Amino acid sequence: MSVDSATVRRVAKLARIAVNDDDVTAMEAELNAILGFVEQLSEVDVSGVEPMTSVTPMAMRKRADVVNDGEKADDIVANAPASEDHFFMVPKVVE
Amino acid sequence: MSDLTSLTIAEARAKLDAKEMSALELTEAYLTAIETANPLINAYVTVTDDKARAMAKASDEKIAKGEAGPLEGIPLGIKDLFATEGVHTQACSHILDGFKPSYESTVTANLFADGAVMLGKLNMDEFAMGSSNETSYYGPVKNPWRKRGSNADLVPGGSSGGSAASVAAHLCAGATATDTGGSIRQPAALTGTVGIKPTYGRCSRWGTVAFASSLDQAGPIARDVRDAAILLTSMASVDPKDTTSVDRAVPDYAAAVGRSVKGLKIGVPKEYRMDGMPAEIETLWQTGIDWLKEAGAEIVDVSLPHTKYALPAYYIVAPAEASSNLARYDGVRYGLRVPGKDIVDMYEKTRAEGFGREVKRRIMIGTYVLSAGYYDAYYLQAQKVRTLIKRDFETVYADGIDALLTPATPSAAFGIADQDMASDPVKMYLNDVFTVTVNMAGLPGIAVPAGIDSDGLPLGLQLIGRPFDEETLFALGSVIEKAAGRFTPDKWW
Repeated sequence: MSVDSATVRRVAKLARIAVNDDDVTAMEAELNAILGFVEQLSEVDVSGVEPMTSVTPMAMRKRADVVNDGEKADDIVANAPASEDHFFMVPKVVE
Repeated sequence: MSDLTSLTIAEARAKLDAKEMSALELTEAYLTAIETANPLINAYVTVTDDKARAMAKASDEKIAKGEAGPLEGIPLGIKDLFATEGVHTQACSHILDGFKPSYESTVTANLFADGAVMLGKLNMDEFAMGSSNETSYYGPVKNPWRKRGSNADLVPGGSSGGSAASVAAHLCAGATATDTGGSIRQPAALTGTVGIKPTYGRCSRWGTVAFASSLDQAGPIARDVRDAAILLTSMASVDPKDTTSVDRAVPDYAAAVGRSVKGLKIGVPKEYRMDGMPAEIETLWQTGIDWLKEAGAEIVDVSLPHTKYALPAYYIVAPAEASSNLARYDGVRYGLRVPGKDIVDMYEKTRAEGFGREVKRRIMIGTYVLSAGYYDAYYLQAQKVRTLIKRDFETVYADGIDALLTPATPSAAFGIADQDMASDPVKMYLNDVFTVTVNMAGLPGIAVPAGIDSDGLPLGLQLIGRPFDEETLFALGSVIEKAAGRFTPDKWW
């Protein structure tokens, strides 16, 4: 499988990365090189093989479903590019 | 290099306890060394000198009171991927500009609780994506090693290039690092240092900037095998804040250094004998086999038939996880924001400017393989192949093999801005061909310096262990170290 420039633009949109024409040309070649390399996986017989979900055989540890942290609004917005009254500020979303 | 910076952690600890030097003197020696060398080597992206001095003074007080921890007064460099409270933590990416966390990663908290001193944050490939430390927003790190008779700059490997270079150049006593596909072991091999990636789940991932969560593991890079063991003992822990951290007591790894390897069965996987592998690496591998044999280990030829599929499977699984993990960088909660005409435009412009080329490439690949219609062909297939890769290892271990011996890298350090690698991303990816299998199977792996090539550059061997049997790797690693000796670059900086 290989990607064309329309696919590169579609994937960039999904990934929320702005691309210009030069980016698309370069990415198309690079992505096809990588996809060409991973193509060899299709030759592996995987019939009856379960996909890996956990690399170490273990049941996920769960904690009690209780509040154990919080009251840190100052810390949480401390690194925000724009914040006001403990809210993150973003461009207008709803007209 | 002053005498103080040439001490190993074990040696420095002994001198500190004997009051032959103070922790502050040791820290000052490193800060002086960094001041001279860093403009040339670029291993540190920020030096926390005030914090280092304050921590060293606190260590001196503890030593005076007889309350010294196992790493009391030992100056360490911390990879920029680890969250350090109030200190530059940006994964060497433009998109995390100015980020200073209000919390400490579990790994660094463990080290500091044991008395370690932080000298600063170390350069790395952006978001740990790279094998040469050239994708860093802060510029490449130079390898302290150069070819004999040459002044051309070489890469230190990556992604933990700053960690490896600072340890090799004696700009810290030891360093934290992380390994998703080889990012501890490959730079260790290229700089003549020791690096271990422990079993997945051994070190907590909490507070470590995520790249590919099912593969990421923290580990140390150190001057020798014993120091690596001392550091790992402190870094490893059971952590309720990381559900994949394993509930298992942490052994005293240093106790395994020098332990007899008599009777251990060491597998030599034939699939690691790659076409076009330099003869010197082949010879080094054979030398390693001979050393382990002389130490009483039994060498067994084994087969790991799915080895060649590990790297292509990795380049589906890792980018897929990365595309998901890196979705959080949107210009809203932290780091860079580039204004746009609406919120989507703001996201897209922020991510276009904030991410470097290699990171974008991997996000794009990950987004593509997870997108509708391609998931089964790529991601599901790769996860099934991953099961087969792990099964290969389980089969040889079930046959009684205790550990495997392989080369660590397919070559010695290469030049900065290598044209071959710049023109083809897959060529760069091949650097991890011997290390990536270990991440795919969640196993522990150690890279130990084993020799110098005809150009005067260090080469390493890798030992791969059973899950949670890092102790055997330290025992075997110390056999190689004893036979090969230790390697220090000639100072040019």
